[in-house]
Amino acid sequence: MRISSKRLIATAIVASLALAACGGDDDTTPAADEPAADGMAQVSGTLIGAGSSAQAAAMAAWQAGFQATNPDATIEYDPIGSGGGREQFLAGATDFAGSDAFLKDEEYQTSIDRCVGDQGAINLPHYISPIAVAYNLPGVDSLNLTSAVIAGIFAGTITKWNDPAIADANAGAVLPDEDINPVHRSDESGTTENFSDYLAAVQPDIWTFGKVKAWPDGIGGEGAPQTSGVVQALKAGEGSIGYADASQVGDLSVALIGVGDSFVAYTPEAAAKSVEVSNRVEGRSPYDFGFSLDRTTTEAGVYPITLVSYHIVCLQYDDQAKVDLIKSFMEYAGSEEGQNAAAAAAGSAPISADLRAQLLESVNAVTLAG
Amino acid sequence: MSTDTIDDTDRTPTGGFAAEPVSKVGDRVFSGLSRGAGIIILVTLAGVAMFLVWNAMPALTASSKEIGPGGDEGNGKGFLSYVGTLAFGTVWAALLALLIAVPFGVAIALYISHYAPKRLSRTLGYVIDLLAAIPSVVYGLWGIFVLAPTMADHVYPWFSDHLGFVPMFSGKVLASGRSMATVALVLAVMILPIITAISREVFLQTPRLNEEAALALGATRWEMIRIAVLPYGKSGVISGAMLGLGRALGETMAVALILAPANVYSLKLFTSQNPNTIAANIALQFPESTGLEVNTLIATGLVLFAITLFVNLMSRRAARGNIF
Repeated sequence: MRISSKRLIATAIVASLALAACGGDDDTTPAADEPAADGMAQVSGTLIGAGSSAQAAAMAAWQAGFQATNPDATIEYDPIGSGGGREQFLAGATDFAGSDAFLKDEEYQTSIDRCVGDQGAINLPHYISPIAVAYNLPGVDSLNLTSAVIAGIFAGTITKWNDPAIADANAGAVLPDEDINPVHRSDESGTTENFSDYLAAVQPDIWTFGKVKAWPDGIGGEGAPQTSGVVQALKAGEGSIGYADASQVGDLSVALIGVGDSFVAYTPEAAAKSVEVSNRVEGRSPYDFGFSLDRTTTEAGVYPITLVSYHIVCLQYDDQAKVDLIKSFMEYAGSEEGQNAAAAAAGSAPISADLRAQLLESVNAVTLAG
Repeated sequence: MSTDTIDDTDRTPTGGFAAEPVSKVGDRVFSGLSRGAGIIILVTLAGVAMFLVWNAMPALTASSKEIGPGGDEGNGKGFLSYVGTLAFGTVWAALLALLIAVPFGVAIALYISHYAPKRLSRTLGYVIDLLAAIPSVVYGLWGIFVLAPTMADHVYPWFSDHLGFVPMFSGKVLASGRSMATVALVLAVMILPIITAISREVFLQTPRLNEEAALALGATRWEMIRIAVLPYGKSGVISGAMLGLGRALGETMAVALILAPANVYSLKLFTSQNPNTIAANIALQFPESTGLEVNTLIATGLVLFAITLFVNLMSRRAARGNIF
């Protein structure tokens, strides 16, 4: 009875694309049309993915970069949201999923049935993006915020810019006697989910709402649609503060976040480090890189408010062409070149060389079911 | 009617009397086409209603813990709690818009029909109609980039300072201006053309004799309008207002772009805590919704459908003069 018309439509589109792709495969292409192979193994065919809209901009860069070297390959990606992406992948409608959260335990169990063989699906953290806390307060160019202050502001317990809690961490700054206007996402969002996860992890006594996709009722603040809406609201309203994807905050001032005894600015390196200090989720394939992000780290130089978006793929497929496509595309997305392309297009933080090497091993573990 | 009176409608175009109704091929084709068109409309409406009910059912029958924000984790508060503030916001925004647009629309219509010089009235009518041709997303962008900051800087603070004791004007003014007041103003501009156009047409149809009689009795122009034009045009104004209300209820993009929504019942016009409207909420939440969330949004659409249907029925009755 739970019919999702959107899913039906999406499935229909996917099905028709798949048919179209099959039709293409049946054609016997004249050898003259094949581009000369120059060392790198070229792949062809269509790969279909859906999911996270956070990595949509990076995905566009990956698609362009990948198809430049593999003109016969097509990567389709529908940014329908992380939940929908995992749902479609587990239903077998797509070849891979993009998701701001790794597969939950029960979803991992489902993936063992969905994928060929018995190894299930793995999470590949190919997209790491810092979430900036940006503010609009003329005259205050630099602002240090401890986690307790951030939680207090967004939970509505700290309401004035000259609150002693803020002044303590900002000696010398002239803070106005103005109301704070916290801005949040009015739509459900992975950004909100990661931001609230951070607040809930570091200050559970102040932020009592847990990890949520939709902003909780009753704590006030100004709601704005999508990242662009939040940035617009911040620019329009003096005294505002909000959280948004770091690449999108433009010329707004950005707060330094208290980690341990120091204050950390968001940089790609500091954001990438947040993954390195975190633990991998247990009970999965050895090739799985789902990270339970350690928001409470006190290690210097780690920016704790990050969003990690995964590519979720099966370890085994029943079609050699698909295996080649998946491996080739995922290798590219996780390569230095692919990571730099995403950083240029979406402002993401390139993953470290160490993690790159580990992820490559995982990608190479994808095989044809035997 | 007596039998020896001959009604003109029985005459054929050539002036003679037909022994039987004329029925040529063209007649049958045309009547078939128009009947078909009428049936298609009914089928479409029934189809939409069935789609809404069918897809809303899972949300209406699911346990309340699964519906609303946090429903994934079983922390939802149920459909009624979810749709309540949305329905309230929808009706509240539309009523505010109507409150602003009706006096303006009637005044403009009277100016065009009874005060303005002929040439000016034609141009003015044309310009007003043009307002209806502007896409709502453009109104939304204008609202958020121009109207909202301007009002928040210069107008809302004045109301808040001087009339803050009125509940509607109380509370802290939202600096970006993305509040219910801005939405109501933009909606008012959007429904102004339809109210003006319909009012103008009925005012122009006021029998000349009535107007001249009023003037002959010594009425001034304003008195003539009050005793002759307004009573005659009342039902037209009401049905124009109802049509405007219908449009305001369903307006999506402009509201979605401008309003800072929260899940609250609030009459305050200038704060950051504004109830969202049903249509804008669907536009906002649909892109990332899956499964039961989609059903829930469609169920709110069903509620909007019911509200709009009710308003349209009222407007029909109003146009016939059966209410008020």
